[in-house]
Amino acid sequence: MIRATARWLASSLVLLFAVTVLTFLLSALAPGDAAKTMLSGQTTSYTPEQYQQLRHELGIDEPLPVQYWHWLYRLLHGSLGTDLFSGQPITQALGGRLAASLSIIVGTVLVSAVVGLAIGVVSAVRGGLAGRLVNGLTLLGLAAPNFWLALVLVEWLAVRHPVFPATGYVPVREDPAQWLRSIALPVITLSVGGSAFIARQTRDAMADVLSRDFVVMLRAHGLPLRSVVLKHALRNAAIPVVTLLGLMFVSLLGGTVLIEGIFAIPGLGQQAVTASSTHNLPMIEGVAFYFTIIVIAVNLLVDLSYRWLNPTVRAQ
Amino acid sequence: MTAIALPDAKFRRRITRRRAFSHYPAAWVALLYLAVLLAAAAAAGVVAPYDAEQQDLSQALAGPSSSHWLGTDRLGRDVFSRLLFGARVTLLDVAVATAVFLAVGVPLGVAAGYRGGRLDRIVVRFADLVLAVPGIVVLLMVVAVFPGNDIATMIALGLIGCPGLLRIVRGSTLAIRDELYVKAARLSGLGTPAILRRHVLPRISGPIIVQTSLFCATALIAESGLSFLGLTRPETRGPSWGNMVAEASNAMSQDSWLLVPTGGVLVITVIAFGVVGDAVRDTTMGRAVSATPLLRRRPNQQRAATVAPSRAALSVQALTVAVGGVTVVRDVDFEVAVGEVVGVLGESGCGKTITAKAILGLLPAGGEITAGGIVFDGANLTALREKELNRVRGAGIAFISQNPAGSLDPTFTVGSQLREVIRRHHPQPRRQADGEAERLLRLVRLPDPADVLRRRPGQLSGGMAQRVCIAMALAAEPKVLIADEPTTALDVTVQAEILALLRDLQHRLGMAILLVTHDWGVVADVCDRAVVMYAGEVVETATVDELYARPRHPYTAALLAANPHRANTGRPLPSISGAVPRPGEWPIGCHFQLRCPLAESACRRAPVPLSATAPGHLSRCIRAEDVNA
Repeated sequence: MIRATARWLASSLVLLFAVTVLTFLLSALAPGDAAKTMLSGQTTSYTPEQYQQLRHELGIDEPLPVQYWHWLYRLLHGSLGTDLFSGQPITQALGGRLAASLSIIVGTVLVSAVVGLAIGVVSAVRGGLAGRLVNGLTLLGLAAPNFWLALVLVEWLAVRHPVFPATGYVPVREDPAQWLRSIALPVITLSVGGSAFIARQTRDAMADVLSRDFVVMLRAHGLPLRSVVLKHALRNAAIPVVTLLGLMFVSLLGGTVLIEGIFAIPGLGQQAVTASSTHNLPMIEGVAFYFTIIVIAVNLLVDLSYRWLNPTVRAQ
Repeated sequence: MTAIALPDAKFRRRITRRRAFSHYPAAWVALLYLAVLLAAAAAAGVVAPYDAEQQDLSQALAGPSSSHWLGTDRLGRDVFSRLLFGARVTLLDVAVATAVFLAVGVPLGVAAGYRGGRLDRIVVRFADLVLAVPGIVVLLMVVAVFPGNDIATMIALGLIGCPGLLRIVRGSTLAIRDELYVKAARLSGLGTPAILRRHVLPRISGPIIVQTSLFCATALIAESGLSFLGLTRPETRGPSWGNMVAEASNAMSQDSWLLVPTGGVLVITVIAFGVVGDAVRDTTMGRAVSATPLLRRRPNQQRAATVAPSRAALSVQALTVAVGGVTVVRDVDFEVAVGEVVGVLGESGCGKTITAKAILGLLPAGGEITAGGIVFDGANLTALREKELNRVRGAGIAFISQNPAGSLDPTFTVGSQLREVIRRHHPQPRRQADGEAERLLRLVRLPDPADVLRRRPGQLSGGMAQRVCIAMALAAEPKVLIADEPTTALDVTVQAEILALLRDLQHRLGMAILLVTHDWGVVADVCDRAVVMYAGEVVETATVDELYARPRHPYTAALLAANPHRANTGRPLPSISGAVPRPGEWPIGCHFQLRCPLAESACRRAPVPLSATAPGHLSRCIRAEDVNA
């Protein structure tokens, strides 16, 4: 147990290190820098001296390894640095955005899991016409592009029948009910495809498990169908589904950019796009850092749920 | 535009059923749609009723009409025409991405799979690396470096997508490379290009087509997403499907109709790609089907009238079972008296297991009882509803199978499963059920029951697993135990122990046992009577002593002769030549005629009825008197 934890900790640190280094390198490769962005935003012409001066002030004239070292040093002291443009601490600038993005992502994963599992189980157990119907519906769900679906939902549930606000985000601390309403449309938009995806995987995994001997035997022992399907078969079928839920969570980290744009949600994705176009390196690093921490946390959760779902996995 | 990774092939141990492509009318419709779309886009200049940019402000935002089939946009431009012109851009983009996807994925995958070694390791590492990179970030970077350049973006998209294809192509090639005929072709001096062309490519084309159609769908969504944002195809450079959705969103406050045609064409095209891919997957790799229809059809109440009352513990009457419309068990009759042990004997494929499972209503997919009845405890089981039948399972009639290791849910501990079964039949507090579980495990003579209860099925030997299964079956003190080849999968020494246990339990608990087996030794050991089955029919029934001494059916006689327990040392063991005819291929008349030494023309004319040759001895043979042991 201790060894496994140590190994997990080590690999997590390596991942964190690799991602932040890579982000540093990539942002250095992109043409332009923050000083240029800043100066061209303020004046139409500037002298090379002004430019060098600003670079020095921002601390981006130093060699890349030195800059990374400074960043790392600050990190070890609990700081992610400050926004080059606003001077705000990164943790503060990103805190609220992290909450907004996670609200949408966690909401989408939860809704997709519940709806997808339900549809998948029903279609695996019933088969026949119901199965084909589910097949068609999930295909439709997978085919509808998010950005278009978002517009349709806004038109339907915000404009014609004003059930939910079309845009904006209310932090949960301000008003939980409004928070729920503000994330409803983005979550529904992303969950349509997500549920369809999970439903198909669940159906395939369930069909596979339901054909195994132990399912017949549990029924032969007289266990009710509810227990055989929802307790035994579902637990056995859950591993591939949990894996995909984890993948979905991670891919949503990058995938919410468009949706955050359409619904005007101040999230991490939006910030990442702005920061990379303005070469706001501390901000980019901050986003990468948070992304990686979330990825590590999600992978840990997925791993732990494997152990709970099927303890024999540990032996393999 | 969420880039969700494709499901991993290793999670799919499919129960498959293949069908020919022609069985998928939807796939043909999809292909036809794609062909028409492609042709119309290519000939947009001729086919389109209007020019893409032809404005008519007096007709702005007109809904669908005979002159504008899909209406007009804010500048009065014809939406249908713009969709056709836009298709050129969008489909060309998709084609570029797909071409890169194939041009990189297929050759690298084939090379890695066929050559193996270091090349393989490098290619796979590379693919893993690309898979780990978040696609959308790369796309946004490419857009930043080449603003508005859709071709560069599509090349990047193809590169991001190809690792999935590469891995699948590599895997398939690897499997084919090691097959005998490919090795033979190599040894016979056929060159690598020829082998690849003749043997490898045709076999991997199925998975490639599947991946390609899925990728086309992904690329279409990604392309229109970028174009929607104005990143690759701003509207000023002519219509594309993505920027038409953007235009629709700008017009939304005035009229939302435009969302329908612009999004609709995207959805339909993506579905078309998906349907083609699904159909190719189903035809080349088979399709997952649920092997157990968990919801039984409502029973036919009329059948209740056809059964006769019986005093036996279990009475099977004229039972006929079909699987997928083919009769596999016909007109099977036998009884198991209270406390009696009856063996069901026969080679594999004679319908023994199907009969056993039919009794409990646990037939595999497509299986159903088409005639006859099963009387237990005064009720016809075939006429019961699923819920009612479920009360008989375990409590009245219990079942143990030939696969003890696979009979237990691998994810729960033995204790948890045993407790669940106990509490299902006799609701009681958890603690008390734990005690009962221990008692049952001691009953089946498992040493250290407390330890076994804590284990998971994966930590049990075959013999231990079968003892646990027997304990579970005994949880509700059933009147009848159906044991389907309970010892077949076990070691010889363990077989003897399990049989001794069954015999002992039968004496102590007085339950009746229906024992399915192909082993005369098992029959001689524990059975009072035996039912011999051949090709879906009962061919002989008698007490075990009588069967051994005076078999009255040539099949029984042949089985006895082939019994290793009775063989004369130093002489070759006789065997029955030929094989059991498969269901649907049964001959008219006696089913055994093709392998029977006594067969004559009368055997081929009409079905042979089961008739008594002595009291309690039934045989389905017109030459019963001529059979010699």
